[in-house]
Amino acid sequence: MERKVTLAHGDGGELAHKLIQQIFVSAFGNGNDARFDSAFLSLNSGEIAVTTDSFVVRPLFFPGGDIGKIAVSGTINDLAVAGAIPLYMTVGFIIEEGFPFADLRKIVRSLAEEAEKAGVRVVAGDTKVVEKGGADGVYINTTGVGLQRVSGAIDPSRIEAGDDIIISGTLGDHGIAILAARGELGLMTDLQSDCAPLNKMIHSVIEKGCDVKMMRDPTRGGVATTLVEIAEDFSSVLEIEEQSLPIRNEVRGACDILGFDPLYLANEGKVIMIVSHSDSEKVLDTLHRFPEGENAVVIGHVTGKGIGHLLLETPLGSKRRLHRLSGMMLPRIC
Amino acid sequence: MQTLFEPADPAVAKELAQKVIELADRCKEKFGVMPAFMEVCGSHTMALAKTGVKLILQGHVNLISGPGCPVCVTDQKQIDAMIEVAESNNRIVCTFGDMIRVPGSKRSLQSAKTEGRDVRIVYSPLDAVRIAEENPEKEVVFLGVGFETTVPVLAAAIQLAAQKNLKNFSMWATTKLVQPVLRTLLSVKKVKINGFLLPGHVSIVLGEQAYQFLIDEFRMPGVISGFEPVEMLSAIYKLLKMVYEDRPEILNNYKSVVRLEGNKTAQKIMNEFFQPCDEAWRGIGVIPQSGLEIREKYSRFNAKEKFNIKVGEPKKTLCRCGDMICGLASPEECVLFGKACTPLHPIGPCMVSTEGSCAAHYSYMRKEG
Repeated sequence: MERKVTLAHGDGGELAHKLIQQIFVSAFGNGNDARFDSAFLSLNSGEIAVTTDSFVVRPLFFPGGDIGKIAVSGTINDLAVAGAIPLYMTVGFIIEEGFPFADLRKIVRSLAEEAEKAGVRVVAGDTKVVEKGGADGVYINTTGVGLQRVSGAIDPSRIEAGDDIIISGTLGDHGIAILAARGELGLMTDLQSDCAPLNKMIHSVIEKGCDVKMMRDPTRGGVATTLVEIAEDFSSVLEIEEQSLPIRNEVRGACDILGFDPLYLANEGKVIMIVSHSDSEKVLDTLHRFPEGENAVVIGHVTGKGIGHLLLETPLGSKRRLHRLSGMMLPRIC
Repeated sequence: MQTLFEPADPAVAKELAQKVIELADRCKEKFGVMPAFMEVCGSHTMALAKTGVKLILQGHVNLISGPGCPVCVTDQKQIDAMIEVAESNNRIVCTFGDMIRVPGSKRSLQSAKTEGRDVRIVYSPLDAVRIAEENPEKEVVFLGVGFETTVPVLAAAIQLAAQKNLKNFSMWATTKLVQPVLRTLLSVKKVKINGFLLPGHVSIVLGEQAYQFLIDEFRMPGVISGFEPVEMLSAIYKLLKMVYEDRPEILNNYKSVVRLEGNKTAQKIMNEFFQPCDEAWRGIGVIPQSGLEIREKYSRFNAKEKFNIKVGEPKKTLCRCGDMICGLASPEECVLFGKACTPLHPIGPCMVSTEGSCAAHYSYMRKEG
């Protein structure tokens, strides 16, 4: 019979101990640390970056990833785009009663694997089990800890007209992959989610001494919402060209059918960089060396300062303003 | 992956836009007013705004949004009734995405859902039939809005439910027909336009022939168009040419998918399950024989007969959606637009539907905020 998580696995007793030993400790390989109520971290002196995030994705498994992988990517990318070097993570699992052991093991392994690949150690964790119907399978909460670079190279206050806007790859892969995986929209595609930790790629760009003034990962709300926020936060006029946007045909096709706009679809493995024009080539060269950055391109430019606007130049040459995603994107009906 | 329609070279579109502008200016010179065309279809409204066609033609051609967004033209009383349907226990209400956020007199289906009612968004009415099959102990009601584009699929859902002999599936249909509303706009509402940009999707079902009455009764030209910038621009160019030369015709600029006689199979299934009825349009009122209702023979699938739903007259608001769909007001002429009424807090359906003129204007043409 399939083994399932029961409420007893969350009561702190024998079963809870087994669950943690069999699934978590074995995956994260921190047997010694697990004997204490807190983890002890060694950090060199300097500023520490901390981020927290929660993951409630549905479905839990999707082409290109699962909730475990996305938890690692999301946490690490938040640190990396802030210019920090991600080092440690904690994970908290909220598990619905009846959740299959096999699936939990898969999720935890995937989380551990991704963290290891990214060079980040999972140093503390927690599990809680809630009654059936109290959660949708598994939720994960994370905290990420990183070390801020001393050089402080990333300084958005230096954004100026003439800077280039770079995206590290195609738009909306995650959004469409998830929608398709839900199977509710009659959409069949072999499109994979882009979810991936980007810290090594970003690190490489910064190590090359490229003049990167700002980075953000365009997750929920998509590229348009992220750029609107940058424009407003740093009073800059950003202009992007519709024709330069890298969009896979599968994503374009799905958007055409469902009435979505790729500019507002979620990404989980992309970074937007604002770089000085003279370093643009160097940044692209570096990004292209990584599989996550092979489709990196310049999508636009900073054209002014003083007001915070995002403009889109259409192929016809007309320019229209883009705004934040407003409400949910819903499929159109005819 | 190869897509069916590759977008045309932007250089071609730019050149075409220039030609449209030149001809539009010549029309204005000849007749003394800027030429005005109405796009009937909500997808055109959105595509014109999103691709920048509307912006580039601003000041040369007046593009007016028409009554072709099915959510926007749905009478508020019907929306109230649909929400009422969702209020009872042991029911699953299925609907297309946009409908869920349309505010009724008191609330929307979305708020009913938040309060625990089982309201589900489906992509196809056939999914609702499947849900009914999987939940035999519950009543499954599909809220069917739409034009001739959608009605054949609604019919297919009833057909499937009949084949499966489902007792727990029904449909609250409030559907609309294109011809009667165009006739009303021209004869009753006296909308001042020089021609129609005719809907691509509806025409696939109805065929080119459906619009001959525009010429016979009104000498009003029309061009059936696709949704790519080049397709829309060339349709507008053809409209301008007919206006300039005063030689109105109905032209099919979407021949890859629209035939003279339309889609006979779709028409057949539509007629098998539905019959014409008087229908109320938001902001216009009842237009005789402008909608379709489920035929008597299939009344067991008609939610309007199955459930005893009574709703009062909706309260009037300052919302000008009614004027909007008749082309009598532009979104910025409504005092609520962008202030009290936004996609997050829509007051009228034109702001809810992605194809509504207000939502398209808010998303793609708005300069403030």
